Amino acid sequence: MSNIFSTLAQYFSYKFVLSALIVGALVSLCASLLGVTLVLRRRSMIGDGLSHVAFGALALATVLGFAPLAFSLPVVIIAAVLLLRVSENSRMGGDAAIAVISTTSVAVGVIAISLTSGMNTDVSSYMFGSLTAMEDGDVILSVILSVIVIAFYLIFFNRIFSVTFDEDFAKATGIHTEFYKTATAIVTAVTVAIGMRVIGAMLISALVIFPALSAMRVFGSFKKVTVCAAILSLVCAFLGICASCLFSLPTGAAIVASNAVAFCIFSLVGAISRSVSKG
Amino acid sequence: MKNIQTHQIECRGITLSYDGRRVLEDASFTVDSGDYLCIVGENGSGKSTLAKALLSLKRPVSGEIIFSDGLNKEKIGYLPQQTSIQKDFPATVREVVLSGRLSKGTFKPFYSSEDKSVAEKNMEKLGISDIAKKCYRELSGGQKQRVLLARALCSAEKMILLDEPTSGLDPAVTKEIYKIIEKLNREDGMTVIMISHDIPSSLKYATKILHLDRSVKFFGTKDEYLRSPDLDSLRGGEGDE
Repeated sequence: MSNIFSTLAQYFSYKFVLSALIVGALVSLCASLLGVTLVLRRRSMIGDGLSHVAFGALALATVLGFAPLAFSLPVVIIAAVLLLRVSENSRMGGDAAIAVISTTSVAVGVIAISLTSGMNTDVSSYMFGSLTAMEDGDVILSVILSVIVIAFYLIFFNRIFSVTFDEDFAKATGIHTEFYKTATAIVTAVTVAIGMRVIGAMLISALVIFPALSAMRVFGSFKKVTVCAAILSLVCAFLGICASCLFSLPTGAAIVASNAVAFCIFSLVGAISRSVSKG
Repeated sequence: MKNIQTHQIECRGITLSYDGRRVLEDASFTVDSGDYLCIVGENGSGKSTLAKALLSLKRPVSGEIIFSDGLNKEKIGYLPQQTSIQKDFPATVREVVLSGRLSKGTFKPFYSSEDKSVAEKNMEKLGISDIAKKCYRELSGGQKQRVLLARALCSAEKMILLDEPTSGLDPAVTKEIYKIIEKLNREDGMTVIMISHDIPSSLKYATKILHLDRSVKFFGTKDEYLRSPDLDSLRGGEGDE
């Protein structure tokens, strides 16, 4: 056991591991907070759609020689606003519209890659996440992002609840529901764009969905679900990155796997506590 | 009955559309202080769209809606139909009721002690104080409706607007909800606008009837309505009882 800790301590003394830990944990935290309102509003597929758009944008940026984040960030933000619009008032149906946009983005990305370098480790790390992809700029960006998301949640918590629980009622009481929905979509876009190089495009939407779902199994208050999802996301990010170091696993996959284990545990606890309270 | 009758809402020839289709044409009517107005009509007759227009959630294609007597759309307590999202929603009764207070006053990130005491008072009024900490998704249909009514009262000062408040409830609970609404109208002087499919109950409790079928087929007091030929066509159209 002490062997594991000393190995981990050694890993965390490397700057790139520490950077990945900070970015991974903060991105997980932001994704989980946003996930609470997205999952409850049945809009979590937006996170999935955005990750595909982010992949396409990153691939295109690599091919065209642009700075990856500087190029993909505005693209993903525009896609977020677009996805929100089509998922709510589209004639072809929200889920189909999201699939159209996300698969098209992946197709463009894959074509761009195959025309130039071909599938290589860069592409693989975009898809499944990597510990080594982080730079100082990413760390600073993820700190700024998480401060914004946490502040957004703290200041507007009651309004986010009202919009999530009952949009028509919220609108009738004079809350600008469009502002909250658009803000949520845009911040989700930024979270996805920053997080996808640690977590991976294929996996990042899990960070939006899992913590909220797990917390909902056990808790019956919006406040408790939000706090639980936030804490759970941090714990899972930490455990996942530890596992990634110790067993040389892809970072994103390890974090998502730990979230999946947490979901199973929370489901079990929820089922037991419900049967106890009934019996 | 109130002695002073002031128009709280006056609709002048409003036309409404839904999904680009006109669902209500040239509707004019008034709502006075203390009224219990039932809006009846078949599905697609423009009832719910009209409710959204009264709450300023929908802009009329033409015509105007005038609020007076110190009323504006934010002072109308709204009881919407329950949504599928709410079925599995993790929120306590208190959290839901308190959210009715968000419209009041200037922007504050947290609830004030006044907000909390108003919420407590309304929970007491509707007999749900003992389940304040319970999770909304674990409640029965009747309890859920009481919670949403308490939330509506938190944002209401003079008027509540109810969109089919008894749909999906069993007869005993339906009666209970009607009693509560009647009490709010008679004892607290709350103006009630209710959209309803339930014609017999509408006729039992309402003081005024607005019968829609893409336009206003009837508007007046309950007694006038009972004497009008519209009632037969409506009952024939419903086809039950």
